[in-house]
Amino acid sequence: MRRALTRIAHEIIERDKGATDVVLVGIANRGDHLARRLATEIQRIEGTEIRVGVLDITFYRDDIGLKAEAPEVHETRIPFDISGTTVVLVDDVLFTGRTIRAAMDALMDLGRPRRIQLAVLVDRGHRELPIRADFVGKNVPTRRADDVRVLVTELDGDDAVVVEEAP
Amino acid sequence: MNKHLLSMHDVSADDVVRILDTAESFREVGTRVIKKVPALRGRTVVNFFLENSTRTRISFELAAKRLSADVINFSASGTSVAKGESLKDSALTLQAMGADAIVIRHSSSGSPLQLTRWVQGHVLNAGDGTHEHPTQALLDLYTMREKLGRLEGLRVAIVGDVLHSRVARSLSFGLVKMGAEVTLIGPPTLIPPDAPQWGVNVSYDIDSVVPKLDVCYMLRVQKERQRLEFFPSVREYNRIFGLTSARAAMLPEEALIMHPGPMNRGVEIDSDVADLPQAVIEEQVTNGIAVRMSLLYLLLGGGGAGALDG
Repeated sequence: MRRALTRIAHEIIERDKGATDVVLVGIANRGDHLARRLATEIQRIEGTEIRVGVLDITFYRDDIGLKAEAPEVHETRIPFDISGTTVVLVDDVLFTGRTIRAAMDALMDLGRPRRIQLAVLVDRGHRELPIRADFVGKNVPTRRADDVRVLVTELDGDDAVVVEEAP
Repeated sequence: MNKHLLSMHDVSADDVVRILDTAESFREVGTRVIKKVPALRGRTVVNFFLENSTRTRISFELAAKRLSADVINFSASGTSVAKGESLKDSALTLQAMGADAIVIRHSSSGSPLQLTRWVQGHVLNAGDGTHEHPTQALLDLYTMREKLGRLEGLRVAIVGDVLHSRVARSLSFGLVKMGAEVTLIGPPTLIPPDAPQWGVNVSYDIDSVVPKLDVCYMLRVQKERQRLEFFPSVREYNRIFGLTSARAAMLPEEALIMHPGPMNRGVEIDSDVADLPQAVIEEQVTNGIAVRMSLLYLLLGGGGAGALDG
């Protein structure tokens, strides 16, 4: 995981020319921790300070009212203006793409970024929307019913990608 | 969570924590330039206010609008109710128009419960007679937790006309549920006889309680009930039970002064006291929007059978 994040950090710096107007926005509840680590890596490589925010997409989900309980809400904290910046959205797993659609809508309500890019640790396929990632840690082929989870030390005590195959 | 919010007895301590935590996220939404999220797009919330109210109705209206729900305001004057329509027929009309939630304020205790028997949507009690006002209690709990960091063990006095106060009932039930220590203070004529069964203390002497408080919660003197002579005069009430400047000075430094509004300055609370920095009356109003958003979201955001993944 560390090597994958270091590589993504290099790619962001290369693609965004030194990452001078890049801000990282992690999607709660795992992406925000990955975003913080990416920022540390970019700072280590380039010496520039990278601003990091955390975005909760719950209020923008397309399945509110479909589940028995209202989806759990997390914190949104983006203590800077995203207008005119290059926002790199950071998430743990890219699957159907619905979370990213919600995240882009949420970002647009917060300002007008110059561009939005997407970095994910794991791309497991099975897209339901026309969305692709700009930076991918690892492509993991899965079946649709499999369960893919990313664990991070900050929340889970360990770094790992867990693939549970459907029976 | 229960389908309806009629009373503080409808929510567990865990539910309260969930409601307040979710409200925290809505407070953040309230600080944005665009204070609106699409969470309840396409849902209809009816404000069914059959008793005068400005702040609660506006607060609910803003809360629903910030969640992108459609809002209909239905009040007593100038409507079918003024023409003599019964509560049941009004409710069935709202039901037929597809209300997903009905927020009801009524002068008769128990009318929200009655409403749940006629409509399929969620019912939220925005104050019924002298019974309960649970959303006010929840916004007060939010404000206390935000300012003091906890609810458990807080020493709270609720002062004034407890007998007629739906706010005092809901807030007492909520505070006791969350492990706070509640003392009701007022003239004996205005303390309900069953109060000891709520799990609260009762005192008739405000001066002995004030120095040991975390929160001093003042209730509005309902002047419309003055003619019933529950106490001799407004002036005497202010002298014996009002939060005067001298009494406010006896409060511990970090203690909060709260009031559900609208205030009678110079009656239950002195004008200078209402403007002190520890008086968080305006924050209560701001928090009310976030807490009502949280409730509408948690009630209307669930209820489906299917599950989508992400």
